Amino acid sequence: MAVLVIADHDGAHLRDTTLKTIAAAQTLSSDIDVLVYGETSAVAAQAAAAEGVRTVLTAESAELKADIAEAISALIVSVAGGYDVIAVPATASGKNFAPRVAAALDVSIISDVVEVVDGSTFVHPIYAGNALETVKTSDAKTVLTVRPTAFKPVAATGGSAAVEAVAVPAVALKTRFVSDEKVVSDRPELGSAKVIVSGGRALGSADEFKGVLEPLADKLGAAVGASRAAVDAGYAPNDYQVGQTGKVVAPNLYIAIGISGAIQHLAGMKDSKVIVAINKDPEAPIFQIADYGLVEDYKTAIPALTKALG
Amino acid sequence: MKILVPVKRVLDYNVKVRVKTDQSGVDLANVKMAMNPFDEIAVEEAVRLKEKGVVTEIVAVSIGVAQCEAILRTALAMGADRGILVQTEDDLEPLAVAKVLKAVAGDETPDLVLMGKQAIDGDNNATGQMLSALLDWPQATFASKVEIEGGEARVTREVDGGLQTLGVTLPAVITTDLRLNEPRYASLPNIMKAKKKPLDTKALADYGVDTAARLSVVKVTEPPKRSAGIKVASADELVANLKSAGVL
Repeated sequence: MAVLVIADHDGAHLRDTTLKTIAAAQTLSSDIDVLVYGETSAVAAQAAAAEGVRTVLTAESAELKADIAEAISALIVSVAGGYDVIAVPATASGKNFAPRVAAALDVSIISDVVEVVDGSTFVHPIYAGNALETVKTSDAKTVLTVRPTAFKPVAATGGSAAVEAVAVPAVALKTRFVSDEKVVSDRPELGSAKVIVSGGRALGSADEFKGVLEPLADKLGAAVGASRAAVDAGYAPNDYQVGQTGKVVAPNLYIAIGISGAIQHLAGMKDSKVIVAINKDPEAPIFQIADYGLVEDYKTAIPALTKALG
Repeated sequence: MKILVPVKRVLDYNVKVRVKTDQSGVDLANVKMAMNPFDEIAVEEAVRLKEKGVVTEIVAVSIGVAQCEAILRTALAMGADRGILVQTEDDLEPLAVAKVLKAVAGDETPDLVLMGKQAIDGDNNATGQMLSALLDWPQATFASKVEIEGGEARVTREVDGGLQTLGVTLPAVITTDLRLNEPRYASLPNIMKAKKKPLDTKALADYGVDTAARLSVVKVTEPPKRSAGIKVASADELVANLKSAGVL
């Protein structure tokens, strides 16, 4: 059995999500190739150094760099012949092209895999993580998206895979790139942060959200997250959202401040190692899953917490 | 131009689902069902495009049991012009749904398919992308802004780390994210009017599409439960606990 892992990267760095997807692939096979598309000059070497990689395939074009699903899908389909499983990190980018690849190959997709049972049997969450479904595929080829938080990354060094360029298939694209608007942040990335400080609607304003959460996050070296309510109210940018429709995270420590704990939010963070809830409402559902709960107004609790951290 | 809007009947998002004790699935007997929230956003966007004069006809389509008719009536009450119910008792996988939608699109020849990014039951986030692959149309997923001009849809997408704007040549498939709009409530007069709007019921077999299941469900289980936590009285006590738990 051979597995093709599609690399997630920003043009300069291979993301942790790729190393975690390789880990998922390792439970299936030792024949693992990694496809790096887009700006590959720095990242291909990093992928080649990852533990357990056989070959790194690279492909470059402007459309691949712009993350256009039509182009990526055509590329993956062109190399898919040699693989039994295609494993894609379940990021916004991966979720965009992976189903397109599966349909082009006329196979089903298994989304957000959290456990590999065997080469054709996989576990994934359904109903906002309130149930785990084990499915067995009868397709000859399998396309998976892999939930990174469910796997420990393989070592980033020690490997010495060969790097080979592959031809980019010629496709008459019907999509054109217009623009990008990146949120610039010096903080750790939400998806891979060890500690996350997350705020909800109770914070009341964008200024309060920043003013309360950022000093605490700085002290802890944490990433900042938000509930949907806080994002909808405009207190935090969209890509801060943790939950069923936002990011799924599993840090060592998740501190939920002024978050009630709706089903959709819990779907995104309930696999965190330790959950702390700070909320003035003792009946808030978040307390049912929190390891440590502090019933107190955040206005007094957060300064006290920041002080206690020294 | 004409828009096709696929809508799915799912468990109401406020209901906490229960896993059956025999692990065969989740218990959907006597629970409240509703239109998938992302599909409501798709219907709303289609209606807004019609109100702007960009769109002339909105066709809502649902695939599933007879009760999906109620979901289609909701779409009609929100402003869709007519509905198509492709009736089946089978619970189709995204690939099969995409194949049926391709056949419907073949009959209807829409300029745009606008649909939710994911259904909150299967959480697959796949059908729209699969449909665009099968039709060989461009796709713009996770849309938070849609503008149509000169045979192109300009779509702002929610991606990790920010926003991306793409131009896709019509016909295309667009899937909606939460931030695209705030869906309207259907007014009582519109609900009454919706009862008179045309709604065709078709059998799955009418489309002659291969919808055989590729996946078999081995079991459905409850996720591991978290052990009950403790309440602390102060920030100092919290920090002491976190230190002894080894996370600080």
